[in-house]
Amino acid sequence: MDFTFLIDKTILVAIIFAISLGIAAYSTYFERKFAGFFQDRIGPDRAGPFGILQPIADGVKLVMKEEIIPAGANPFLFIAGPSLSMLTACMTTAVLPWGSYLEIGGRKIPLQVADVNIGILYVFGVVSLGVYGLMIGGWASNNKFSLLGAIRAASQNISYEIAMGLSIIALVMMSGTLSIGTIVEQQQNSYWYVVLQPLGFLIFLICSFAETNRTPFDLPECEAELVGGYHTEYSSMKLGFYLFAEYTNMFVSSAVMSALYFGGYSVPFISALHLDQNLVAIIGTLAFFGKILFFIFFFMWVRWTIPRFRYDQLMKLGWQILIPLSIINIVLTGIFILVFDK
Amino acid sequence: MKEFFYFLSFLAVLTSLMVVVAKNPVHSVLYLIMTFFAIAGHYILLNAQFLAVVHIIVYAGAIMVLFLFVIMFLNLNAETEPQKPLILKVAAGVAAGLLFLTLVAAFKGAENQVAVTGGDSQIGLIKNLGKVLFNDFLLPFEITSLLFLSAMIGAVMLAKKDTPEGPKSKDLKKEMLLEKEII
Repeated sequence: MDFTFLIDKTILVAIIFAISLGIAAYSTYFERKFAGFFQDRIGPDRAGPFGILQPIADGVKLVMKEEIIPAGANPFLFIAGPSLSMLTACMTTAVLPWGSYLEIGGRKIPLQVADVNIGILYVFGVVSLGVYGLMIGGWASNNKFSLLGAIRAASQNISYEIAMGLSIIALVMMSGTLSIGTIVEQQQNSYWYVVLQPLGFLIFLICSFAETNRTPFDLPECEAELVGGYHTEYSSMKLGFYLFAEYTNMFVSSAVMSALYFGGYSVPFISALHLDQNLVAIIGTLAFFGKILFFIFFFMWVRWTIPRFRYDQLMKLGWQILIPLSIINIVLTGIFILVFDK
Repeated sequence: MKEFFYFLSFLAVLTSLMVVVAKNPVHSVLYLIMTFFAIAGHYILLNAQFLAVVHIIVYAGAIMVLFLFVIMFLNLNAETEPQKPLILKVAAGVAAGLLFLTLVAAFKGAENQVAVTGGDSQIGLIKNLGKVLFNDFLLPFEITSLLFLSAMIGAVMLAKKDTPEGPKSKDLKKEMLLEKEII
C-alpha cells in the first residue's frame, strides 16, 4: 500500500466528513426555514443575515449548556447511547461513490473511499445497527417514557428493515452486483433504476422514513404521548448528538436513495459532450449533491405536510402492506428478468 | 495480520467471558454484541466479507436487538434476581469444570498440528460462495431454509395458542351478546 494512496483516502475521508456534517448542520436551519414557509411565517432570522448563523448559535448553545446525568441512570451507557447514534450515522458514507474519478498528474483518484464488493450489505448492516444508540440511551436513562420510546424505536426499525431488505433484493436481482459503485456505473449507460424498480423505490423511500425516525413515523420521540421519547432525560450536547444524528441519517439515506435509484453521480447524455474527465467528475459530483439535496427537501416537505401515524397503523403498514408488496415486487422483478433479459 | 488476529481473539474471549460474568443482563447482551463484532472481524481476516456482513446483520442487527428488546421489557436487575440454592451452584460449577476438562483433553495435542496453508483465498467472496451454494449444495441449502420455515411456523403457533378461547375473545363474545340484547 503506497503512501499517496493513504494521503488520497485521508483527504477524501476528511472532505466527505466535513461535507456530510456541514449539510446535516445546515439541514436544521433549512428545516426551520421551510417549516416557516409552509406555515406562513418567517422562521429563524436573528443570527446573521437571513439567520444563516443559526446552526452555529444552536451548536454553541448546546455545548455551553449544563450536562445532567440523572441519578438513577447508568452513566456509561447514558453517554454511549448518543455516541453510538452519531457513529452509526456517519459510518455509511465510506462505501458511497461521490463521483467517478479525477485524473491528477496521470493518477486516477476514485471519489469513493472503499468500493467493497458487498457495499449494499454494508449499508444495510449499518442501518440495522443504528437502533442500538436509541435503545441503549433510552434504557440507560432509567425513565419509563425513555424506555417506551426505545422499545418503539426497536420494534419500528426491525419491522421496516425487513421490507427495506426485500426491496433491495429486487434491485440486486436486476443489477447482479452488490457493489454500489458498479450499480451507479450501470445506471450511467442505461435507465435509472427508479424506472425499472418504481415499486421497489417507493417501498425503500417509505422504509427510510421509518428508519430515520422522521415524521410521519417519528413515534419513538412522539411528544404528545412520551414527553420526549428516548431522549427525554438528555440535555446539552448529548441531546444535540441525537438530534444531529437524525439529520446525518437523513443526509445518508438521501445519498443512498440517489445512488441506488437515481443514478448517483451519473448525468444523462454527459458522455455526448466529450468533456475533460475532471470536469465530468466534478459535474457528476455536483449532480449527485443536487439529487441528495432534493431528497433532503423531500424529507422536510413530508414532515410539514403529513401528520404522525398512530402506532398500530405504523405496524400494520409495515407488516401487512409493505412486506407483501415487496415480496410481490421480487416476483414481478423475476418475471421481468426472465421475459426481457434472456 | 497476526496482530489483528491476536487482538480480535483477545477481544472475543474477553467479551464472551464478560457475557457470563456481568451481573446486569443488559450488559451481558451488549458484551455478546461485542463478541459478534470480534467474530465478524475474524471473518474479514479470512477474506470472507459476505459472511462477516451477514453475521453482523443477522446476529448483531436483528437477533440481539430482539434479545435487548425482551430483556428491557422484563426489567431484570440484581435485586429481583432469585437466589439459587447452594447445591445448584456447586452442581453447576462441577458440570462446567467437567466440560472444561473435556475441551482441554480434546484440544490436547492440537498445538503440534501444522496449519493447512494454500487453499482458495477467494472462496469467501460472495460470487464464489453463491456459486458453490447454488450448484454443489443446493439440496442442503433448501432443506435448511425449510427447517427455518418450520421453526418460524412453530413459533407463531406457540404464540397464537391461546387466542381462540382466550379471555379476550370471550369478552368480545360477551360484548357482542350484550350488544344484541340491547338492540
